Amino acid sequence: MKQAITGNAGPKVRSDIEVTLELTESGGIELNIKSKVKTMYGRAIEEQCRYLLDYFGITNGKLSVNDSGALPFVISARIEAAVKTLTGTTKSYIPEMLPENMYSSSRDRYRFSRLYLPGNSPGMFLNAGLHSPDGIILDLEDSVAPDRKDEARILVRNGLRAVNFYGAERMIRINQGERGLEDLEVLIPHNVQLVLIPKCENGETVRTVDNKIKQIKTGLGQTETVFLMPIIESAAGVEHATEIATASDSVVALAIGLEDYTADLGVQRTKEGKESLYARNRLVVACKAAGIQPIDSVFSDVGDMEGLLQNVLSSKAMGFEGMGCIHPRQIAVIREGFSPSPEETEKAKKIVVAYRDALEKGLGVVALGTKMIDPPVVARAEKTITLAVRLGLLPENWMEEDKS
Amino acid sequence: MKLVENAAGRMVPDEINGKEAVPFRGVGKHRPTGRKYAPPIATCIDFPEDNNKVVGSLKEALVRCGLKDGMTVSTHHHLRDGDLVSNQIFAIASELGVKDLVWLPSASFPCNDPVIEYLENGTVNRIEGSMNGPLGMFVSDGKMKGMAVLRSHGGRVQAIQDGEVKIDIAILAAPAADSFGNARGTGGPSATGVIGYAKPDYLYADKVIVVTDNLVDLPCFPMEVEGNYVDYVVVVDKIGIPEKIVSGTTQITKSPDRLLIAELTASFLEKSGLLRNGATMQAGAGGTSLAIAVFVHQMLRKKGWKFRFGFGGSTKYMVDMLEEGQMGYILDAQAFDLDSVKSIEKNLNHIPYPVFNAYNYHSKGNLTTMMDIMILGATEIDTNFNGNVVTHSDGLLLHGIGGWQNCLHARNVIIPVPLFRDRIPVIVDRVTTLCGPGELIDVIITERGIAINPRRQDLIDSVKGKGLPLVTIEELKETAEKICGKPEKAAFDERVVAAIKWVDGTVIDAVRKVKR
Repeated sequence: MKQAITGNAGPKVRSDIEVTLELTESGGIELNIKSKVKTMYGRAIEEQCRYLLDYFGITNGKLSVNDSGALPFVISARIEAAVKTLTGTTKSYIPEMLPENMYSSSRDRYRFSRLYLPGNSPGMFLNAGLHSPDGIILDLEDSVAPDRKDEARILVRNGLRAVNFYGAERMIRINQGERGLEDLEVLIPHNVQLVLIPKCENGETVRTVDNKIKQIKTGLGQTETVFLMPIIESAAGVEHATEIATASDSVVALAIGLEDYTADLGVQRTKEGKESLYARNRLVVACKAAGIQPIDSVFSDVGDMEGLLQNVLSSKAMGFEGMGCIHPRQIAVIREGFSPSPEETEKAKKIVVAYRDALEKGLGVVALGTKMIDPPVVARAEKTITLAVRLGLLPENWMEEDKS
Repeated sequence: MKLVENAAGRMVPDEINGKEAVPFRGVGKHRPTGRKYAPPIATCIDFPEDNNKVVGSLKEALVRCGLKDGMTVSTHHHLRDGDLVSNQIFAIASELGVKDLVWLPSASFPCNDPVIEYLENGTVNRIEGSMNGPLGMFVSDGKMKGMAVLRSHGGRVQAIQDGEVKIDIAILAAPAADSFGNARGTGGPSATGVIGYAKPDYLYADKVIVVTDNLVDLPCFPMEVEGNYVDYVVVVDKIGIPEKIVSGTTQITKSPDRLLIAELTASFLEKSGLLRNGATMQAGAGGTSLAIAVFVHQMLRKKGWKFRFGFGGSTKYMVDMLEEGQMGYILDAQAFDLDSVKSIEKNLNHIPYPVFNAYNYHSKGNLTTMMDIMILGATEIDTNFNGNVVTHSDGLLLHGIGGWQNCLHARNVIIPVPLFRDRIPVIVDRVTTLCGPGELIDVIITERGIAINPRRQDLIDSVKGKGLPLVTIEELKETAEKICGKPEKAAFDERVVAAIKWVDGTVIDAVRKVKR
């Protein structure tokens, strides 16, 4: 191939760049820069283009860029992708890792909301963390067109390094099969904290991914676990929920993908969700048995916040502990829905206080008023309190504050 | 003409289009002397006994007004992008072979782009008013013969009142008028709700023409324009395109990032205590401002509070507050959507209130200093809190000042802006064009932090330890540059193509021709 085009341009495209590269036999480098920000950054863009061509050993060629305000990490990803298409080079130009991104995750952190970002749309990367989702997913699977998968992978790699995630869990959704394993090769080295495995149907898939990640991590001399969240999106997947949930210690959650699941069943997805009731129940039970988090499907009507809240509340009532988001405005609604309500918190406080009092007095039986309280009720109340404290809804020293 | 350094350290012309100009001396430092300008005395002898002032056409009216070379003609932008009158004036002038007119609009819109043709053929010498899009680009490229003068809405009133600008002919487009020249903004196919910008023009112009597509029986009541000041009335088929005059409904922003800024702004207002029962507020009609209004409305409702009044540009979201009891009155210079126009027609507490009364700095006090909460925008803010609203960082003149400078005199000026647009930082080390001095700008709210002007220690204290992301303005600038890279400055030629006036008529900055 003589010419490669990567990136995006067009009236609606922002913060991206379209790169057209053509290799020639002679004549040096011919550069053609069109940019919305030329006055302020024209020279910087030119310098970056020349630097990268030189870095990749391109001495003769025509490079045209059509820029809509792309940041440097996007520009370098697009040029690298174009060069790779034409020369097949294994060389990569990897931007510096922001020190702000070098935090770690933990197995039991909350995963109420995880925001999906299409892996080939850089405009949405930059501010995603500002909306405070629990996790940000850079998606390489369904949101990326098949012929854009290669360039998206490079863009996502650069994004993992150059974009501040503001403390959100750093997640990627890889492709299915062999391509997914290649995604891991490229991305795992850049502090990926959780990998979503799409259309997972058995434990074997989980183990393959897990082994691949461990092999990469070992090669890098890194020891922290990369967590896994398999997504169940088929009847077979639902049948094997327990097998998948227990396939590896790295699995921290199972998610359900209802668009694909209902398609697999050959039924319509409805707002009431009767058609997926069994699958969702099955998933919750499998997760609770395995001690991991059950995560519900995304709610696709981004304009209907009331509908979303109802959906979240019914999810929570079924035992789910989180939900995917496809729009930043869904995050707050989901967090609010999964958070303990003031009434729940108040009740939990009373139960916990009654339990502590009983312990202090050496009583074997805990009572609230005339009602006896069983140990599981206490355990549930303590979970609610822990959650409320971690969400900042209760001060850590609430018990002392309540007394005073 | 030579360039002199003004009190803000900007090099400005000491002469504009052949007239001496006073460089900016500092906020509240320039004291005007003398008496207000006055138009010539008129007499009833010159008007028909039955007071029917209707003439056959706009051309006839212009000819009878003595339209000739070098005159200043004024228009107003209440028809906004649906204006069908202004361009006609220059088409007629061009046909009559009149040259070197000065156009004094209260603002121009994309629908006025055809005026470029009359700037090119010499009919129009220059525009003194706002220039957007292609008109601004035309000026920035140094193609306009005279020097553009940009004034705020209040500055325009001040310049007319003080005689800095003498209007030969004022052309008032009126959604409803009678044969005597009384006019108002409500009723008819081109209703604008208010004619908020025309008052200084009909009070001070030599000649006044009212153009309407809705001639009503005498008296056209309640009149915003009084017929005693009007020379001729012209009836035309259409003064405007209704769907371009007002939006059906103004829309709050759908951008999650802008909504985040709006939420942060509402939260700042609440935590600082600026939002309180009986406060006054003004916000624009931009998507972010509307979202702020919606969030603030929810807070007021929850607390059972009520704004004493709000100053429009009114929108559906202000009307909602008025109708649901969270706002006592709307004082209104401009209605942005159909809900507002309807509200003016039916609600006695929604009151047309011209900028003449609200914004004039050479007046015995004005409305803006009574506003507690003022929400404004900007193209650039610098680390001294100085603001720019007319040029972009690439140096192109692309916006008018609007009421922005006047609104800076409110008690608390809050500017919610994204830290950068695409790759272009909004917080910079030095604004490309100075439109408002930093001492009047109190709070900058971005998605990456809130910077409070150190001059406002009271505001800093009011929100300390309340969970808001407080940063310094320098930190904001550094964050922007860390993400975007350090931007280069636009390159300019020496030639000054536009003067930026301050609210008191002094020159605060100048815009130069861009180097292409």
